[in-house]
Parts: sequence; structure tokens; C-alpha cells
Amino acid sequence: MLDRRLIQNFDWVLLLVLLLLAGVSILNLYSATYAIRDVGGSQIFMKQFYWFLIGFGVFLVMITFNYYYLERLAYPAYFFTVALLIIVLLVGKATSGSQRWLSLGPVVFQPSELAKISMVLILAKFFSDRDGSEEYRLRDLWLPFILILAPCGLILKEPDLGTALFLGMASFTTILIVKVNRKSLSIFLGCCLLAAPVIWFGMKDYQQRRILTFLQPEMDPLGAGYHINQSKIAIGSGQFWGKGYLQGTQTRLHFLPEQHTDFAFSVLAEEWGLVGATGLLLLYLFLILWGLNIAKGSKDRFGAILAVGIVAIVFWQVVINVGMVTGLLPVVGIPLLLFSYGGSSLITTMAAMGLLMNISMRRFMFQ
Amino acid sequence: MKSSNFDPVSQDVFAKQLKIAVLFVLVIFSILILRLWFLQIVNGSAYRDRSENNRIRLQSMAPFRGVIRDRSGKILVDNRPSYDLYVVPEEIHHMDALLNRLAVLGNLEMAPVRERLTRAAGGYPFKPVCLKKDISREELAMLETRRFDLPGVMIKVRPQRHYFYGDLAAHVLGYLGEISEKQLQSGKFPNLKSGDLIGKTGIEWRWQESLNGGRGGEQVEVDAAGRRIKVISERPPISGADVSLTINRELQMLAEKALNGKHGAVVAMDPRNGQVLALASSPSYDPNLFITGFDENTWKNMVSSSDYPLHNRALTGQYPPGSVFKIVVALAGLQEGVITPGETFYCNGQYSLGRGKYRCWKRWGHGKVDLNRALVESCDIYFYNLGMRLGVDRIAHYAHQLGLGQKTGLNLGLERGGLIPTAEWKQKRWGVPWQGGETVSTAIGQSFVLVTPLQVATFVSAVFNGGHVYRPQVTQWVRKSGGESIFEFAPQLIRDVKIKPEYLELVKKALSGAVNNPHGTGTKAKLVDITVAGKTGTAQVVNLKKEKDAKAKGEVPWKYRDHAWFVAVAPADDPRITVAILIEHGGHGGSAAAPIAKTLIEAYLRVPVD
Repeated sequence: MLDRRLIQNFDWVLLLVLLLLAGVSILNLYSATYAIRDVGGSQIFMKQFYWFLIGFGVFLVMITFNYYYLERLAYPAYFFTVALLIIVLLVGKATSGSQRWLSLGPVVFQPSELAKISMVLILAKFFSDRDGSEEYRLRDLWLPFILILAPCGLILKEPDLGTALFLGMASFTTILIVKVNRKSLSIFLGCCLLAAPVIWFGMKDYQQRRILTFLQPEMDPLGAGYHINQSKIAIGSGQFWGKGYLQGTQTRLHFLPEQHTDFAFSVLAEEWGLVGATGLLLLYLFLILWGLNIAKGSKDRFGAILAVGIVAIVFWQVVINVGMVTGLLPVVGIPLLLFSYGGSSLITTMAAMGLLMNISMRRFMFQ
Repeated sequence: MKSSNFDPVSQDVFAKQLKIAVLFVLVIFSILILRLWFLQIVNGSAYRDRSENNRIRLQSMAPFRGVIRDRSGKILVDNRPSYDLYVVPEEIHHMDALLNRLAVLGNLEMAPVRERLTRAAGGYPFKPVCLKKDISREELAMLETRRFDLPGVMIKVRPQRHYFYGDLAAHVLGYLGEISEKQLQSGKFPNLKSGDLIGKTGIEWRWQESLNGGRGGEQVEVDAAGRRIKVISERPPISGADVSLTINRELQMLAEKALNGKHGAVVAMDPRNGQVLALASSPSYDPNLFITGFDENTWKNMVSSSDYPLHNRALTGQYPPGSVFKIVVALAGLQEGVITPGETFYCNGQYSLGRGKYRCWKRWGHGKVDLNRALVESCDIYFYNLGMRLGVDRIAHYAHQLGLGQKTGLNLGLERGGLIPTAEWKQKRWGVPWQGGETVSTAIGQSFVLVTPLQVATFVSAVFNGGHVYRPQVTQWVRKSGGESIFEFAPQLIRDVKIKPEYLELVKKALSGAVNNPHGTGTKAKLVDITVAGKTGTAQVVNLKKEKDAKAKGEVPWKYRDHAWFVAVAPADDPRITVAILIEHGGHGGSAAAPIAKTLIEAYLRVPVD
């Protein structure tokens, strides 16, 4: 439990970064929903405020126990998540064509959110059980590959391409950091390259078209292409200092799609300019580097890999979202963590942040 | 702790890996920040300009819904342009001036328009608000010539569904209505969005997906007054597929004319393949009203009056078949061998069973009656006897064989199956055993027996085409605008009935007698040069006593009067058309329905048809 030594080791820096992000997020949401405040907009921003409060509650719960106990929970949690992902495909609630939500009485949540934490846990467990002094070769890695592919495949089936891709990337990065034999890595990448054309020509016509539009949004001028165009105008028109808080015209006039969720970053960039947007990015960068530092200082391998996994999730979510709204990456519906509106994602993120804090606090403790 | 504690070597490896990771993160974040620099500083002022005059509009382009034609290609339903008046709130310079002008030019009331525009300006001010749909040609001309005085006003052209002949074939064509929330969420209509029209019934419903086509759209740049400057990119809409019906427009018109002012239904069918040539139900409605909107009274009348104009009586009206059912009983008797064609029963006008007494429609009786005469003159006593020999279950078996008591499968929306009672059914449904007296009235198509006009046309067609029960169909083909075929008509055989051809011939001959023999009940359908075969039916609505009481008081009230049936096939020796007619409360089939059959058959067979 929390003894004096733990409190001494409390990671105030991490907490400060999280509070800063929460503050900027709520401020920005208020602006993003300002124009529709009379038709439900103000509820959105208040709701997010409450979600943050709940999120910090979850955060506090996650630091009360020694993260070491989670090692035992890794496999059960993983299979529980996979079961939920299967259930959501069978009985889930469909919104706009995909089944992502599971409702338990009044509460609805996305099992794919839970998958983020379970995946990190299972990878940490897998690699901490094995010797870390050697590099891993392909034959050592078949099990983690299956462990990654199962939930990703299920999420892809919902279909939620964005989350599946990003989970796969975060897991893959974690494995890379744990260190893979260089020859094995090249063989693996080579196989992927060879498989690509085979898969491509095996696809149906409409499937190919869907992938092409995904890669080149201009091909769909009425959907993704239009959104990206408007998002670029919003960000670009912010220039150096931005148009000022609540002054974003793109935001005000609803040219931006999903401006309180996936495109929340564009709202910030329009109103606060390069200064604000870079500031937010630096905040995320700091969070990531700080997380890697926690991983480095961790007293055991489980904690270290757990921290790396959490950082990988933060990193890819930021990169994919910012890359998407600035037109660098294809459009996938990935929200910006700790920043976009959405309770389900916020709670899991805060739980993950709690784990990070947990590892950070116990780094100097040797039992 | 156990092995998961770091040993010095692995901690070393891990630290090195983390250094690479930090480097990677720094590179990626630099790229992101450089991208922001590129967008916000390098191209910042260009984007600022574009945002200040962001005049890129996303305009959706509705596809043309497919055209519906009759069997020879005459257009029944197409689209006509509808000019809709829109205002973009953001682009209004002086609200009052604009409203004043619009009030004069477009016959708009100012107060509600002002309220709508003010409300819209608070939410999505760039989004055009539709003030009036389908403005008249005069209003259009006035508005167009004054476009420059009317900033913010725009006219949008939209294809509007147009039912060429108003209520003609309304029950076949069906009507459109706004897509429901439930349909939208079902994910079955990816091409439609909220507010779009969707086929609710009839052909419009049956071929919704093919008729609809795919939505297109364009990104256009507009100037300060909302006029289009250039199209940035577009995706053209895909027109819907065309549908050709098996309906013959002229025959359909005649059928509806004949039903005018009455309640009832007419089905005309090609007995050789099940193609529906005409299908009318009266009273009817004008599907155009579903597009342009109803006034309140019309709508109330349509949904709540006892006339039920929206009901397709040919498919959903269930009526006792009356004497038309004798065709089934006669065939059952012959095939089961309980009678021979020559065997006679004596009709003295009355039949007793237990304490019950059952009358023949001819009060003084027909005398000695064989099968042929029983059908020609529609003798009830003969069929009471025959029915008792068969029993209800054997009658039901043949009725089922011929397609009664089940849906035909004509895909036009709601259809009802009617009812052919059996002893088991009664036990299950009412919990009491079947009574002999009920068999007696079943044999003349009363008691629990219920059929739809479409079923009658289908089953009589089967009698005349050698026992093939065809599924009625109303679609000849569905083809995409490029010519690619989606559906082509092919006869669908439901089953071949197990009745010997010679028995079918006997019944056909008798039905031909019913029209052509001077004593026949259907002589009013007789034509000079074409042999028509037919059968009348008079279906009791209330029991005889009630009818008699009413008669004693004078005129029988309309709703107590019998339903009149007539079903006819022509030419009897080479059948090309079957007509089934039902007139609700029309009285006697021979007088109320047979003349209509004559008109339709004559028109169809006299003119050279495709």
C-alpha cells in the first residue's frame, strides 16, 4: 500500500503533464462545441470534464497496488478481452455500420479500448518470462504474433481499421524495442513485402478501391477528401499565432468534420496557431520521453516492458491522429488521446497513465 | 524477487534499445512539427485566405430514380424537374429587404421564414435552408430574373418522382415516403441518407435498390453570392435501373374505369405464364400526393376512412369465394371418384342435414342436375351433396393444390393468404369439432373459406392451362441504364396439380357453358366471336335472415349486400387471358361483375396485342 516512501517517490511531473493536457483539452472542447452550445454542445464539454474527474479516480486506483500483481492477471485479462471482442461481434450495438459497442445496462463501452491495456500486459508478461540477454528470433516470436493478431483481427472485423492498425503497430513497436534479431527482422519484413502483391491481387475490386481511397483521400472528394481539405485549411489558416480562442472560422462554421473528436487538434491549431499546436505536440513528446525514462528506471523487466507498451500506445495514437488531420497519413478514425472527446478512450488512457505512475513510484523500491 | 528482475546484461541491452527509440520518437515528432510549419507558416497566408472566403460547398447530387414502363414500353412513372427555393443564411445582406422581395416574388409568408432563417443562422449558417419546394414556373421566372437583387437566394433543381397517370395502377406501382430512422440504421440502404425517399410498397418497394441508383456529389467553389464558380471535383450520380412491367396500360385503364365509384378489385393475368396484365383495386389514390404532400383532410381520409384506398384489395382483400369455389369442389369430386360426370342429384330447392335446411339460390329447384348443369346453372343442392361425399378435408386438399389458402408470392408488399378450413384447423382455432353443416356451406364457398382476387385468378388460370399453378408476376424486366440486365421474366411454376386432364376438360366445358348456354349464370360476359368461359359467385356478407329482415324494411343497406364475383378465361380453347373480378357489396356476380369481364376480354383480344 501507499507508505511514506511511495509518497516521497510520487511522480509529480507525470501528474502535472496529465493535468495540463486535461486542461487544454477541456478548453479546446469548449471552443469546438461553442457554435452548437444551444443544441447540446455545452453538454459535450461538461461531460468531458466529468469524464476527466472519473479518469483521475481510475488513475488513483491504479497506483494503490503494486503493478507486480498484474503479471498474474495478464493471461486472464487477455482472454477476457478476446471473449468480449467476440461477443461484441455477435451482439454488439451497431453505429454507422460497425459494431464496436457493448452495452451493459446503462453503460456502453468499447471492448477494443480494453484491448489496448490487455495487449500491453500480455506482451510485458510474455517477454518478462523470458531471458532478456539475447535477441529474439522469428521462431521465438510466433506466440506473441498470434497473441497480437487475434484481437487485431477481431477489431478489424467490426470493422474498425484504425484501431486494429494502431494496436498492431503499438504491439509491434514494443516487440522491436525488446529487441529482435536483425536477420529475423529483415526476413519478416521481406515476407511482408512479398505477401503484399499476393494479397492485393487476391482482393475483390471494391476492396481494392476502398484501400485506394484510403491511401488517397482525393479519390473520394465527397468524403475523406473533403474533410482533409477542410482540416488543412483550418490548420494552415491558424498561421503563427492563431486566430484566437473561440475565433476559429473553420470551427465556427462547421467546415471541420468531427471537430470535437477526431479533428479536435485542427481546432486547436486554427485558434492557437503554430505556437499552440507545437506546444501541444511538445507536451506529448515530453510525456513519451518521460515514459521511456520510467521504463529505463524500472526495477524489473515486467515493469519496463509494460511502460514501453504504454508509451508505444501514446506515441502511435498521437502520430496517427496528427498525421491524419495534417494530411500526412490516410484518414482513419483515431481520436487524439487525452484530447479528443470520448469517455471510453479517456478512461482506458487514464488507467494506462495510472500504471505508468505505478511503475514510476516503485522504481526505487527493492523488496 | 524472481528472474524478472533485471540482470546487468539485459538491462544494458534494454537501455541501448531505448536510446534508439528516443531517437525514433524525436525524428517522427520533428516531421510532425515540420508539417505544421509547412501548413501554417509556408502556406499559412494562402490557407488563411481560403478560410476567410471558404466557399467550398459540398453538394449532393441525387440520382435519377429509374423509370417504370408498361409491357409495351409506355412510361408510367418518371421524374420531372422540381425547382426548390433555398437561402444561405450566411450570405444574406439585409434580412428585411430579402424577405420583402421574397414575399412578393415567391408568395412566401414572412414571419415563419424569418424564424427559420434566424434559427439556421445560429447553427449552420453556410448551409442552404429550403424555403419552398417545387415553385411554379412563374415564380421561377420572377426569381431568376432578379437573382442579382437577391443575395443568398439559390434555386436548386431536383428530380421529382412523377406518376404520369395519377392514380393509374397505383397499387402496383406503390408510393414513396421518407426513409425511416429504423431503415437508416439497419444499414441496408447505404445509398440513402436522412430525408431521402424510399419505396414503401408496390414496385417502388420491390425494386427499391435497383430503381434508386447511387448518390453523387461535387465540391464546388462559390462566389460571395453563393453562385457556383467552378467545380473542384465531382462524382456523378448513377441513375437507377428501369423497370418494365407486365401490365398492359390500356387494359389497366379499362379495369380502373370499370371499378370507378365501386369498391373492389380486378386482376387480369396471362394463364400461360402468370404474367399480370392488369391489377386494379378501388378506391385508389394518387401516389404523386406522397411526393408533393397532402392537405390534412386528404391524408385523414386515406388512412382512417373505411374506404381504405391504400389497401390493395387484389392481394390483401379476403372474401368468401361463393360459387366460384364450386370449380374446386367439382374437380375434387371427379378426381376422388366420388361422382361420375353423368351422375345426377335431384334439386327441389332445398337440402336437409340433421335439423338444418340449406337452400338452393333457385327457390323452386333445378330438377335433375348432372355435373355440367350444376356448374352452368350453379346449382347449390348438387354441391351440398357432393361436398358431403367429399368431406371438408378432401375439399381443402384440392383447394391447396390449386393455390388457395396461401400467399401467391406476387412481390408487391403486403399480401394475405386467405383461409381454407379443415377439421383440424377448426379444432385448433376454435376448440370445437367440425360440423357437417359447415361442410355443406364450405362446398359453395361460404362458411370459413376466404380467398383473394389474385388467388382466384391464379387458380382458374391453372384449371385452364392444364393444371400448372404459376406464381403471378408483374415485372417483365429490370435493366440498368447501360442495358445490363438485373432481372428478366421467366415463368415460375409453383406446382402441377394432380388432376386428370379429362376432368379439367369437363370443368372447362361446363364453365364455357356457364357463359354461352342460355341458362348459364354468366351470360352477360358472352361475346359473339370469342368463346368466354367463366363462373359467377355471390358471396354472402351477412346471414340470410339479416338480409331478409333488411329486405322486408325496403332496400338492403349497402354494407349488407353480397359481394359479386366473376372469373373468366378466354378464348376457352386457347386461353390467353384470365380475369378475376370482385365487387364489394355488388350483389349478384352475374349482373355486377360479368359485364366488366366482357369489356376487358373484348378489349384485350380484339386489338392485336404484343
